[in-house]
Amino acid sequence: MVDRQRPRYGAALKFLLWCGLMAAVVIPVAIAASSPLLAWRDPIYVAAGFAGVIAMALLLLQPLLVGGYLPGVSGLRGRRIHRWVGGGLLAAVVLHVAGLWLTSPPDVIDALLLRSPTPFSVWGVIALWAVFAAALLAAFRPRLRLSVPLWRLAHSALAMLIVVGSVIHALQIDGTMGAVSKAILCVLVIAATGWVILDLRSWAVLRRNQP
Amino acid sequence: MTDLSKTRRAFITTGATVIGAASLSGASGVFRNAYAQSLAPTPTMRGGANNYLPGAPVVERIGGGGFLMTGTVHRAGDGAPLAGRRIQMWAHTTEGHERDVHSHGATLTNEDGIFQLEMPQIVPAFGQAHGHLAYDTEYDDGKFETVFMRPVMSSAKDKTLHVAFVLQPV
Repeated sequence: MVDRQRPRYGAALKFLLWCGLMAAVVIPVAIAASSPLLAWRDPIYVAAGFAGVIAMALLLLQPLLVGGYLPGVSGLRGRRIHRWVGGGLLAAVVLHVAGLWLTSPPDVIDALLLRSPTPFSVWGVIALWAVFAAALLAAFRPRLRLSVPLWRLAHSALAMLIVVGSVIHALQIDGTMGAVSKAILCVLVIAATGWVILDLRSWAVLRRNQP
Repeated sequence: MTDLSKTRRAFITTGATVIGAASLSGASGVFRNAYAQSLAPTPTMRGGANNYLPGAPVVERIGGGGFLMTGTVHRAGDGAPLAGRRIQMWAHTTEGHERDVHSHGATLTNEDGIFQLEMPQIVPAFGQAHGHLAYDTEYDDGKFETVFMRPVMSSAKDKTLHVAFVLQPV
């Protein structure tokens, strides 16, 4: 009886986990989609904003995929999807910056040159370069010939920079995202990233020579 | 090190007292002139000139109005109010983006150095609900240095914004 019930309970938990994840990703995007600010923005600006919101949501998936925590996408499969989602994240970030550039070139140039009056811009730019660096590290992994622990340390450090930069960037912005759903998404992104870094012992290479 | 920090603290305290005293005397009419001698010019704010379209026309109102931009213009040094100065303003509003020509307009200060211009409601854009104002010497009589301002609203729901200009004579 007990053995027969286990898979049933597992299926229910799987279902709940997926529902929770979908809610954490879809609700902030849906709330942003109902923002009154959208009425006063042209399509390019709206798209640029959404690219940023979607990038934030993808940041939640990345650690869960690579850590194999999502039911049904563990191990190699999770890591393969992590690579695809990483590509999507890169595309979303590029669309975000390009769309903002078309909307107001001087504001984006100021941000990229680190002379913007808005404090969140510099965090966004830090995260932007960290996304590029993490993606390059992944794309050239075979050619770099780093050891697994060393590559993981570098990629994890960049991931932390992306997460911290993006969270500060997002929280300080008065934009289309709802304040509560944005804060919850940010907490979840930090928790998931922290969890996978602890779980995979990303810093292991630093401790190798210690007793 | 201890001596240095004591000195610094004493210096900072003295500075604060001077500033405090200056503010007080500035508020009371008796010492007004003495204080006004040191009235510093407003520096241009970072990003203030972004999406500036030079020479916006003087208008009765920008678009449909509903939001009131107010401010003062004084001369640096003696603090005299400056009449007839042309102040240009623009923002992302319910009626358009900052870059849109119809988001821009200008007004002149009255004899007390006060200006006000109605414009559409400013809405948050690029992360903050903010306005842009300019005193551009090219579109005035050239007696003062150009200043660009980028004030941020304390709340996106505010229906007014006040900006103080102190202009440096050329």
